[in-house]
Amino acid sequence: MNDDKIYMQAEAINELIGEMTQAIKTRLEVQQIKDPVMIGIHTGGVWLAERLHKLLGIKQPLGTLDISFYRDDFTRIGMNPKVKPSQIPFELEDRHIILVDDVLQTGRTIRAAMNEIFDYGRPASITLATLVERSGRELPIQPSVVGVRPPLTSEQQITLTGPDPLKLIIGTSKQETRGTS
Amino acid sequence: MSKPNIQLDSHGRLKHFLTIDGLKREMLTEILDTAESFTGVSERVVKKVPLLRGKTICNLFFENSTRTRTTFEVAAKRLSADVLNLNVSTSSTTKGETLLDTLRNLEAMHVDMFVIRHSDSGAAHFFATHAAPHISVINAGDGQHAHPTQAMLDMFTIRRHKEEFTGLRVAIVGDVLHSRVARSQILALNTLGTSEVRVIAPRTLLPPDPRTLGVHIFHDLEEGIRDVDVVIMLRLQKERMTGALLPSEHEYFQLYGLTEKRLKAAKPDAIVMHPGPINRGVEMDSQVADGPRSVILQQVSFGIAVRMAVMSMTMGTQAQGAAAR
Repeated sequence: MNDDKIYMQAEAINELIGEMTQAIKTRLEVQQIKDPVMIGIHTGGVWLAERLHKLLGIKQPLGTLDISFYRDDFTRIGMNPKVKPSQIPFELEDRHIILVDDVLQTGRTIRAAMNEIFDYGRPASITLATLVERSGRELPIQPSVVGVRPPLTSEQQITLTGPDPLKLIIGTSKQETRGTS
Repeated sequence: MSKPNIQLDSHGRLKHFLTIDGLKREMLTEILDTAESFTGVSERVVKKVPLLRGKTICNLFFENSTRTRTTFEVAAKRLSADVLNLNVSTSSTTKGETLLDTLRNLEAMHVDMFVIRHSDSGAAHFFATHAAPHISVINAGDGQHAHPTQAMLDMFTIRRHKEEFTGLRVAIVGDVLHSRVARSQILALNTLGTSEVRVIAPRTLLPPDPRTLGVHIFHDLEEGIRDVDVVIMLRLQKERMTGALLPSEHEYFQLYGLTEKRLKAAKPDAIVMHPGPINRGVEMDSQVADGPRSVILQQVSFGIAVRMAVMSMTMGTQAQGAAAR
């Protein structure tokens, strides 16, 4: 994959995460949400959520979701051989959830994540925060907090690599990705 | 092994699960890892994931079973599949319908997967060979040949308690001669790199040439379980005993029954397993079966997660675009 290029280095991403933290705080104040919980989506979303969770000082431990069992493309691509356990270490019934992912593109991952969340209980609300929002939406899903909106063509792929250091990579070759974000 | 493994599809993915034989360590580990992710599903408000929604799974049992059939059924339902339970008594096959006829009839009902138990070794393999290409077959026990999901749930239980297989000493005690469970366990333990696998049994309950099992053979229980990490007790398969293999159950217990006292020879943190159903007072004392080292009921719970893993992995190979990934 020679045509991959680094779009953003760790320091810049950390700045974005700082800005996202502020935006989430403001939003929580406006909506008068006192005690939110946070859930990150494997794998990139969890790296991001770990940082946001710390910066926001959320009391409940971080939840993590692996949406492999909820994908809408199981009948096309089969089982993800690297599935990780979902862990929601709190009761999410009536809780305000901040859902975190790295890249929002089609919206299918978020739909799957919301389906999974509802199998744990009925949350009071879900707020979506993503590091990258890009074109290519296939479902009516909107993020509330976004780090960056890079202009990309449909052939371009943007990927968060990590966990340390975090980097945003843009590639045009067909990468080994499982489905779309 | 020049002929291709019927269990794998052209991309090396698990298409049928018939035996541990011929599967690589990575594949067994993938099954265990996938099962790990499924354990959480049983503890949630909604104990279901939508993975196999719209699929039909047929539990085809030519032999009695409660635990295995039930856990397969629960596993299928937790994956949102529809389940058909068929207990085919041997009498209906004597009506003249062949195994192939049974298969063709069920295929006509658009079944996507067969979970099959049969008293003949090779029955599941027969189904896998003759079923339509989109159908997956899971062996839930065939004759004295194999019971791979039982072996994998045992491996899962061991890994939960001991983490690594390297460095472990595992003893399998009892009726190895009739046990498809033992055969599958030995293959799985050796494939996963267990340091020492022992078999403890009277000569009459060992296969004709036990040296070919790839294990260390003991005839004395206390000697055999000395310093082991895991003790796996086998059920005495009375229904398969023909001829005078045993003097009496009482005498068997005297020599091979697991008691608290005998268990002292094993490591202090050794776990005790049994595939069930237990013949209390024959293979082991109730004290041991219900004691702190027994993980027998955990085996049942983990059986659900392991079967969910195998079902979803094999059904995933139906995917059309699998080649590209």
